[in-house]
Amino acid sequence: MRAQRRLGDLLALLLLGLGSGVMVLPFLWMILTSLKPFPELFTLRFLPQEPTLENYRQVLWGTGFPRWFLNSLLVATVTTASVLFFDSLAGYTLARLRFPGRNVFFVLILSTLMVPTEMLVIPWYVMSAEKGWINTYFGLLFPGLMSAFGIFLMRQFFETLPQDLFDAARIDGLSEFGVFWRVGLPLVRPALAALGIFTFLGNWNAFLWPLIVVQTPQMRTLPVGIALFSGEAGTAWNLIMAASSLAILPVLVVFFFFQRQIIEGVVLTGLKG
Amino acid sequence: MRLSLGQREALWAYVFLAIPLAFFLYFRIFPTFQALGLSLYEWHADPGARKFVGLEHYERLLEDPLFRRALTNTFLYTLLGVPSQLFLGLAIALLLQRVKVARDFFRAVYFAPYVTPAVAVAWVWSWMLSPHFGLVNEILTLVGLPPQPFLQSPTQALPTVTWVVVWQNLGFQVVLFLAGLESIPRQYYEAARIDGGEGWRLFRHITWPLLNPVLVFSVVIATIGYLQLFTQVVNLNFTDQGGPLNSTLTLALYIYQLAFLRFQLGYAAAVTVVLFALIFLITLVQLRVFTRKVEL
Repeated sequence: MRAQRRLGDLLALLLLGLGSGVMVLPFLWMILTSLKPFPELFTLRFLPQEPTLENYRQVLWGTGFPRWFLNSLLVATVTTASVLFFDSLAGYTLARLRFPGRNVFFVLILSTLMVPTEMLVIPWYVMSAEKGWINTYFGLLFPGLMSAFGIFLMRQFFETLPQDLFDAARIDGLSEFGVFWRVGLPLVRPALAALGIFTFLGNWNAFLWPLIVVQTPQMRTLPVGIALFSGEAGTAWNLIMAASSLAILPVLVVFFFFQRQIIEGVVLTGLKG
Repeated sequence: MRLSLGQREALWAYVFLAIPLAFFLYFRIFPTFQALGLSLYEWHADPGARKFVGLEHYERLLEDPLFRRALTNTFLYTLLGVPSQLFLGLAIALLLQRVKVARDFFRAVYFAPYVTPAVAVAWVWSWMLSPHFGLVNEILTLVGLPPQPFLQSPTQALPTVTWVVVWQNLGFQVVLFLAGLESIPRQYYEAARIDGGEGWRLFRHITWPLLNPVLVFSVVIATIGYLQLFTQVVNLNFTDQGGPLNSTLTLALYIYQLAFLRFQLGYAAAVTVVLFALIFLITLVQLRVFTRKVEL
């Protein structure tokens, strides 16, 4: 009985190890390919024979890569800051303040969750063309400035806090905004962290809208830049893999440092939502 | 004039909500109706020159073979992807629950692809699956199997794209299921074991029903994701997007091509309305079918 259990555990470990291999292999192959000179792509050797950083040099200095990276950083940072501020403020208001129309406003915001991005990009494009937002940072940013899901999430968290805290703060003479900022916000920090991580990743990885609104190479975000560069690179897989590595590795490094917080954030947002 | 405490609170509420409400009205709700409106017009860059065509675009959809193809493919992706993702996710979560060593390590490894940019991941897989000199075919040859065309073959391309999406989403699924499994109280299993239950029966009568909320959530989220497939399809076959022979074309990609490569924005808007209706309906049906309350 005991031996059988041990055997089962071993089998589980073996299967998990095998699965991990499938998860890791593409990243490993990406890095190895990115270190190979072009002719080595077709020699069927797993490891590079004459490893080189030349591919990275070509991507970093020969393309708009640094600019695309900065563009993505800017877009993801601004949208995340905006989402964190406005979504928590709106979530707090809908959860803790009493006023006529509260439920109507909440349902109105929540109902926008059902509308797929594909349906919005066409009107957004028409709107951007009229207002001159095509190929501008504002054009890249505006769809992500707030998120209905974030408001819903923050409202859920603010609702769980005891009312006494807020009453006490008001008696102490804090302004309405002060109550939100100094009492409410610090208590929902885990939710804020989770929402922040998700918003950042979502905007960092976004592809459809940036592909539409960007028209010049300088305005590309990282995903758009990688896609169009790789499309032009043809069979120069060593260059494409260098570019992919430059897009993927920073994310992986950040992920492995904060993996506990990030994974707990998924659970928090996923199951509350 | 002095305001009562309640009036003051309401006033502040409106101040706090003003900007968010304006945002949602202007960038979400108004565009939704505009998409509906645009679908009734023949598109022209000059608003004055847009011709009202009523439901003509919707009639055209019925006879459009590309639309039908995109619709069928989108269903195929969903039917193939959602169960695979859920099955593999649950299997790995159950295995992870069983092992005692390196659980956090495995969890992180499975989750990592989920945070990486889908565009770059698609290019990595496109190289892995390349018919000539691709690693997957090298491995197949090594173990004595014939090399496969994968993304170049009209029959294999769709399942191959689905695999890449499953591979990337798997970790998310695992983490959700793990959290669901951990929220099931240990005592239930202990009590059932005393009553002589074990293995499959524990799973069938405790794990499965108590996992139901996580399962419902996962099915709905995953379905919505597969119905909107775009990034991976575009990047896995960049020079022939939606190909070969439209075998990987999705509704989202067809919308993009219609609107931004052929500039038929009115017709494309009609397709977006169909996609919206689909997501709406399927979400409703799934919530109905899958939400069986488990009372404790």
